[in-house]
Amino acid sequence: MTWVLGNLPLIGSLTLQHLVFALIPVVIGLVLAIPLGWLANRTSFGRTVTINVSGLLYTIPSLAIFVLLPAILGTQILDPVNIVVALSVYTLALLVRTVADALSAVPPIVVNSATAMGYKPVRRFLAVELPLSVPVVLAGVRVATVSSISLVTVGATVGFGGLGKMFTDGFQRGITEEVVAGIVVVLVLALVIDGLLLALGRAITPWDRITAAAGRTR
Amino acid sequence: MNYLSYLFDATHWSGSQGIPQRLVEHLGYTALTMIIALVIGVPLGAWIGHTGRGGFLAVGLANGLRALPTLGLLILLVTLIGLGITGPLIALVILAVPPILAGTYAGVRNVDTAIVDAARGMGMRGREILFQVELPNALPLIIGGVRSSVLQVISTATIAAYVALGGLGRFIIDGLAIRDFPQMVAGSVLVALLAIVADLLLAGLQQLLVSPGLQVAPAAGRRRLRAVPDSRPAAQAA
Repeated sequence: MTWVLGNLPLIGSLTLQHLVFALIPVVIGLVLAIPLGWLANRTSFGRTVTINVSGLLYTIPSLAIFVLLPAILGTQILDPVNIVVALSVYTLALLVRTVADALSAVPPIVVNSATAMGYKPVRRFLAVELPLSVPVVLAGVRVATVSSISLVTVGATVGFGGLGKMFTDGFQRGITEEVVAGIVVVLVLALVIDGLLLALGRAITPWDRITAAAGRTR
Repeated sequence: MNYLSYLFDATHWSGSQGIPQRLVEHLGYTALTMIIALVIGVPLGAWIGHTGRGGFLAVGLANGLRALPTLGLLILLVTLIGLGITGPLIALVILAVPPILAGTYAGVRNVDTAIVDAARGMGMRGREILFQVELPNALPLIIGGVRSSVLQVISTATIAAYVALGGLGRFIIDGLAIRDFPQMVAGSVLVALLAIVADLLLAGLQQLLVSPGLQVAPAAGRRRLRAVPDSRPAAQAA
């Protein structure tokens, strides 16, 4: 514990940096996935393209993407933009499918009722279909977030910051404690953020609890 | 296009540090890891799925794996065991087993109970049911698990170059050390292609091995898989 206690400020700043690298891509990926998932859900052609392209993107190893992006984007090798774009692409690839699946799982009768009540397509999507797909989308967001938190560490091999630095630094200087501490911090971080997302999901879908309670009393 | 200069330079396509040699190393690590992981994962997953005991373990492992930083695991094992193939190999196996385990468990577990009952009604014993009914029916999910496992291993074997292992990741790490960006691009392109080709080959294998009856059947008729993680996302834990 001596190393950890002596380096708490360092761990703190690396954790903060790690969170920024890991969470911004999830937000970007989700924001892009909603319109694309909507498109994919509307046409069978869109669905085929989306599933294949996202599957292909998901296949490419993360380290390869970190290195290839500067060549594609024209950025510097160590530009944090690379890591953010790479992880956004992964999140997008994962969530487009989730959003399409979630939207297709909204009961048609609910959508039809909304139409009958005079909802125009855009408002119907925002007020009815999207809220009802929250539970499924959120499950995807949780997976994407946890993967993203774990993936940021890979960037340390080519010099990016974040908690992965504790692995490379501990390896180079032979401090096993630093490596172990790094693994523990990443795991705890993933667990905490996952719990927060779960709580957030409960908070924004209050009707889920009501219907569940109604189901029990009936 | 000068980024690709390293890749298309003939001198890099021969010798002990050439592209073919590194590719063979990468494939070697992957094959060795997968053999060990299959020997551990498939029987264990089939047993858990057949008996129904310890299902939470199979699902929990696959979920927990996503949060485990692969680089940290690699470095920890190498610090504990020392440089060489043993440490990285153990790390690779640890990462490869959970998707196979979860896929096999989910596959066996989700075989329609009516099919299993029919087999039992026809007089099949537990072992016969497992090998002739449950495992063939579970094959799509087992191969799904193997696919994400292979991707995970190819991806992590690349990172293992950081702890002095060979393979295609060497071009990325060595290229970085001497600021030779085309060399890094070459390594990345090759490893991306390797992953895509391996995944396509396994998809083809799935078409060949899985009974035609299972491939035509629409998924809608089957029981929905619940509490079973989508094995694909785990592939990207590296």
